[in-house]
Amino acid sequence: MRAAVITFPGSNREGDVARALKQAGATVAQAWHADTALPGGTDLVVLPGGFSYGDYLRTGAIAARAPIMDAVRSHSARGGLVLAICNGFQIACEAGLLPGVLVRNANLRFACKRQHLKVERCDTAFTRAYAPGQLIDVCIAHGEGNYICDAGTLAHLEDKGLVAFRYCDAEGQVTEAANPNGSLNGIAGIYSESLNVLGMMPHPENLIEHLTGGIDGKGLFDSLLGRSRAA
Amino acid sequence: MKARVTVTLKTGVLDPQGKAIEGALASLGVDGVSSVRQGKVFDIELSGNDQASAHAALTTACEKLLANTVIENYRIDLVA
Repeated sequence: MRAAVITFPGSNREGDVARALKQAGATVAQAWHADTALPGGTDLVVLPGGFSYGDYLRTGAIAARAPIMDAVRSHSARGGLVLAICNGFQIACEAGLLPGVLVRNANLRFACKRQHLKVERCDTAFTRAYAPGQLIDVCIAHGEGNYICDAGTLAHLEDKGLVAFRYCDAEGQVTEAANPNGSLNGIAGIYSESLNVLGMMPHPENLIEHLTGGIDGKGLFDSLLGRSRAA
Repeated sequence: MKARVTVTLKTGVLDPQGKAIEGALASLGVDGVSSVRQGKVFDIELSGNDQASAHAALTTACEKLLANTVIENYRIDLVA
């Protein structure tokens, strides 16, 4: 597994996600927003968290038009894997890799806390190391994580099983109280039509060591390295 | 030539910032405000003088960058 982590001006989680990928066994290359091609042999592109371009105009809007993004779109169109976390999710939506948009949290507060998620399906390249319906305890840190889209798109996401994760409470209940930002249907992450692009607001890369709070995020990186739950 | 592009949220899109401003106006004692929606204004200077090509360039600018048409509408006003 060769991963390319793209750094935009204002990205700040590229080192953490690279570390999580290396821990899982991936070969990680760093790519720069102004590059026009991905490193040779890239299997996985990562759009990391941060505050690209200072969130100017709209979160992710300017990064989505960076030179490297044409190569990312081609990679995705070929079926290549893309993992877009937090600001990366905002960039992926703005770039048209995923439908919908992430707007200001409904309560207007920056949410920085531990958060339970429900893993909606465990048959994708990103989640096969998790158990069906598993609850995971990860971190969120965002001011614009409120996922919205039109009614037709939402129905399509639900009908096709393209919701990857939902915010829930410690019992796994998807409730309004457990929703930290007002996202439609408690959506914390979604897949593209072909399940090769995952966008998510929470930070799995924060939860890969017992020393720093738990390992519930590790399953995502293990999944990407091809390890399934049974393996 | 100068132009002003106004980007506003589509009807029905929740605007928590507008709501917060609405609340702040009420707490300041500004009466009679029933709703606030926040938007963006871009004042743009163009090098040419042809209205049609200016409009076309600004439409491209709006569609490609200035507005996210999933949630926003835009309006282009050319100011001589």
